[in-house]
Amino acid sequence: MNNKPAESTEHPLLEVRNIVKEFPGVRALDGVRLRLNTGEVCALLGENGAGKSTLVKILTGVYQQTAGEILMDGRPLSLHSAQEAWSAGITAIHQETIMFGELSVAENIFMGHHLTGRFGMVDWKTMYARTEELLSRLGIEDFASNTPLKELSVAQRHLVEVAKALSHDTRILIMDEPTASLSQKEVDELFVIVRKLRDEGKAILFISHRFNDIFAISDNFVVFRDGAFAGEGVLKETSEDELVRMMAGRRVEHAHHDRSTVSEESMLQVDQLNHATEFKDISFTLRRGEILGFYGLVGSGRSELMHAIFGLTKPVSGEMHLEGDPFSPETPEDAIIRGLAYVPEDRQHCGAILNMSIRDNITLPSLTSITGGLKLNKGKENEFARRYASKLKVKAHSLQQLVGTLSGGNQQKVVIGKWLGAEPKVIILDEPTKGIDVGAKAMVHNFINELVESDLSVIIVSSELPEVMGLTDRIVVMREGLTRATLPTADTTQEDIVALAMGLK
Amino acid sequence: MSAPTSLLRSREGQLIFFTAIFYFAVGIASPSFLSLQTLDAIITDSAILMIMASAQMMVILTRGIDLTVAANIALSGMVGALIGMHWPNTPLTAIIGASVLTGLSLGLLNAVFIALFGIPSIVVSLGAMTIYRGMIFVLSSGQWVNAQEMPVSFTVFPLDRLVGLSNLALIGIIISILAVLAMRYTRFGRELYAIGGNPEATDYVGINTRARLFTVYTLTGGLAGLCGYLWVARFAIAYTEIALGFELLTVAACVIGGVGIAGGTGTVLGAVLGALFLSMLQNALPVMGISPFWQLAVSGLAILAAVIVNSRGQRQKGMQILRVAH
Amino acid sequence: MQANNNVYAIPDALPLQFLDRLRSREALLLALLLVVVVVNSMLSPYFLDLYNLADSTQNFSEKAIIVLSMALVIIGKEIDISVASIIALSGVLMGAAAASGLDTWMVVAVGLASGTLAGAVNGLLVTRLALPSIIVTIGTMSLYRGIAFIILGDQAYTDFPANFAAIGQTYFFGELVPTQLLIFVLLAALAWLFLHLTIYGRRLYAIGNNPMAARYSGIKVDNYRLALLTLNGFVSALAAVLLVSRIATARPNMAGGWELEVITIVILGGVSIFGGSGRIPGVILAVLLIGMVQFGMQLINVPGIIMSIVTGVLLIASLVLPIVFGKLYAGSKR
Repeated sequence: MNNKPAESTEHPLLEVRNIVKEFPGVRALDGVRLRLNTGEVCALLGENGAGKSTLVKILTGVYQQTAGEILMDGRPLSLHSAQEAWSAGITAIHQETIMFGELSVAENIFMGHHLTGRFGMVDWKTMYARTEELLSRLGIEDFASNTPLKELSVAQRHLVEVAKALSHDTRILIMDEPTASLSQKEVDELFVIVRKLRDEGKAILFISHRFNDIFAISDNFVVFRDGAFAGEGVLKETSEDELVRMMAGRRVEHAHHDRSTVSEESMLQVDQLNHATEFKDISFTLRRGEILGFYGLVGSGRSELMHAIFGLTKPVSGEMHLEGDPFSPETPEDAIIRGLAYVPEDRQHCGAILNMSIRDNITLPSLTSITGGLKLNKGKENEFARRYASKLKVKAHSLQQLVGTLSGGNQQKVVIGKWLGAEPKVIILDEPTKGIDVGAKAMVHNFINELVESDLSVIIVSSELPEVMGLTDRIVVMREGLTRATLPTADTTQEDIVALAMGLK
Repeated sequence: MSAPTSLLRSREGQLIFFTAIFYFAVGIASPSFLSLQTLDAIITDSAILMIMASAQMMVILTRGIDLTVAANIALSGMVGALIGMHWPNTPLTAIIGASVLTGLSLGLLNAVFIALFGIPSIVVSLGAMTIYRGMIFVLSSGQWVNAQEMPVSFTVFPLDRLVGLSNLALIGIIISILAVLAMRYTRFGRELYAIGGNPEATDYVGINTRARLFTVYTLTGGLAGLCGYLWVARFAIAYTEIALGFELLTVAACVIGGVGIAGGTGTVLGAVLGALFLSMLQNALPVMGISPFWQLAVSGLAILAAVIVNSRGQRQKGMQILRVAH
Repeated sequence: MQANNNVYAIPDALPLQFLDRLRSREALLLALLLVVVVVNSMLSPYFLDLYNLADSTQNFSEKAIIVLSMALVIIGKEIDISVASIIALSGVLMGAAAASGLDTWMVVAVGLASGTLAGAVNGLLVTRLALPSIIVTIGTMSLYRGIAFIILGDQAYTDFPANFAAIGQTYFFGELVPTQLLIFVLLAALAWLFLHLTIYGRRLYAIGNNPMAARYSGIKVDNYRLALLTLNGFVSALAAVLLVSRIATARPNMAGGWELEVITIVILGGVSIFGGSGRIPGVILAVLLIGMVQFGMQLINVPGIIMSIVTGVLLIASLVLPIVFGKLYAGSKR
């Protein structure tokens, strides 16, 4: 039940006034403002690079602002260290959970401030007891205080972070993209807890790119754009289009869906592919010129299936055919030679080499074909890289710029560019727009449409319903390593798909 | 899982098990091996390795490595020996203090480069170990300090028996126990696990990584200083090349003890048991009639076996996504 | 459907400032080398003699060639501390071969084969069993030298055919260039070609920077690792041939501590211990620098152990000073 939040006192709980943050050569925040009231969930929106993470780091004491003030209960607050932010009652939960896998739930909650007893020795008994209290307060029953963290799923780890925030009197909870890796069911469960905390009078700052979630949980919103304040208001009184316009400063076109590129010819045929632990009896056909979507909960085996198709892992049985010819890659190199490309989900660890230049990244899978032999040819490489960087409009100061210094969207462009350069016939995209802002997302979607128009066939693994519904021709729904159904996108609804993915149908 | 089974599943339990089996197996072949004397000899022989393996465990836990420990032992030991030689009336505690102080300073130096300047520990180790070794030569002008040149009180202490065990063995046991307690019951110890497990996250939870690392390397140095005195006094000799290669034994003891080389996992108990195991191996060889020239190869095999077993335990055969039929 | 139609232009590279060149590791090493050359020539009149200089490279080149292959290993994000033990094993086996009457080329073959095999074992343990190379080579370091001890104990082989001894004691180009130096120059050229001019070198940098992303890009990472560790074994064996033939002795404790010296020189040369960066010119300069310092010290009769202090100081200083002066003399990646 939704209780009306208590009337706010004359001061907002937290007020951010005119915060400026400068780094050498870059003005990350240019006089932003924000207000958080008790018993409210406030969404913070903005494209990547808009300054949201920087503000979070300032609020949690990791960075110090160059100028401007932060007030709590009307009084100025100094946040010179994580310790101080913690004591002030400000806690943050991040997208990538920041935790210690080998240690127990209890120790993760108390790390940095272990409870001590006699002689200053760590008091394990009290810590475990306190943790059990917190877990039951949150209604958590499927793990205990001494469970090693590595045994928990992403959703469960988020819950541990919430427990951690509660372990001392947090007044402000900052949630930075907490739902990015969660299934719909897990998101709903998390939101139950968030609403509970809100009703207890906490102020919650909810940062996300997913509009479904934003509209589901938040009361009001603030928008940042290019490091500056760009708008605020109450969510009930606005629309997604308006929010997007505030974020991007311009209208953003969405990908069209009509397609005339699909033919009946089978590009990739998979028959009864089996893995010992990850998937079973997988059969599907990718038609030429089609965009085939793979939807499912996190952990349903989609990426694992793609790894096997790409030659990273070996299935125990089953057959594959590429363009009618038998296809059983032992290594990624085999798959690439046959014309397959795989853009992995983890852009930073698997997709791009952050410490190498744009050019070196783009040319990497295609070195033999660019040089025609053993010897490197910088001229040809530059030409090659420029061709694909410009096709995708990568924003950088030169081809020599290190990929690690690019924005998330541009990094993804480099990764896609690298695979385009390998001139594949089939390209598999695994969560291609995860963690990317609206503007770059639309660009990637448009680009995927262009790909099939240039005679490529595309498989896209995605957990985002709007993306899957808007982009694909057919959808394969997977659950627990099995395919549940293959449906034509035009004839199906979001609800059907979700139900299949959750095992309700 | 019943308690005995889960104990055997742990590296520590396995080591105790194998060491015991090995001990008794050798004992059957050669009954004199089974005496209290041998046990005392084994622990006495292992004491220094036990102490330094505990220290090395803390370093490895934080994703570092300290290869200067052997050079540190040698230099600190030489300092103690030289003091004993030139000023034989110096009280023993002062001499031990001098060795410990030397060790602490060397550890401090390491700490400055590693924790403050952020230079990778393996690189600092490589550079510093040659410097420290070289300093021994400079200090002693290349001369050895023999037993006759050392005061009696200096050399007698380690092997003096207090309660049936030699002082050396006693010190080894006490420090090992303290190390186990420290890693389990102090914030310092627990935070080391965090630093090794997820170094990027430590800032966010308010751990002062620099301070902790500083302490680890300095403490390791201090322990090496103590071991320096113990080594030189026990063997009644001090020269530039003592303890050559010992640093690798400490790492080996950790690996055998289940301490992950990637950091974040392992226990001090494991490292200590690993040290005991290695030491027992060395002691058993002559008893089994195997020439001492086999020692090196046997340690090498033990390390390789341990690391292969370690990795088996951590191998994931892919996620279990398919529902397992009951 | 595109939002804008701006002409897309991006330069290939920003122009290199002269100051950037000055900031490189190579510039620093070159400066130090010049200083050392000047100091040495002031310390001793024998220094600037061409024959003496060439001679001095003889006992240093053995380490130097391992530095080259070790640099490749470390750039590939691995490490191999068993090289000195491979020298010992290889040397002892060569001694055994010579003692049993085999002729020179068989002796050499035994040496090279055993080292290559030892390197391959390292490589297989790392690739097939997915073990970290640091621990594997800590183990094999003991194992290989241990085998040498089992074979020889505290004895030594001194009985080598005359042809064999000639390998390490011959001079080319009119009595000027010792075999060792020739081999070093050859290998240095090959290493430079491989790393900087071939696609394999580029792939190695990718592996060293991010092995997982390299694998996803179709690079056969394990093949590279196996090849490099095997190569390291081969080159160590080559060094053993040169060493044993020069001193006409093989003992199990020879080349003690060489692995650390080699790695020190590699790092001094600008290769990051974490892999993915470093260049052959830098490594060659580091070799020359240490070699010149060592030569100079020998000329004024400074004991070898002091030399190792200098090496240690140089290593740490080369990493600390840039931090202290706020500039980064990082190894470049091109």
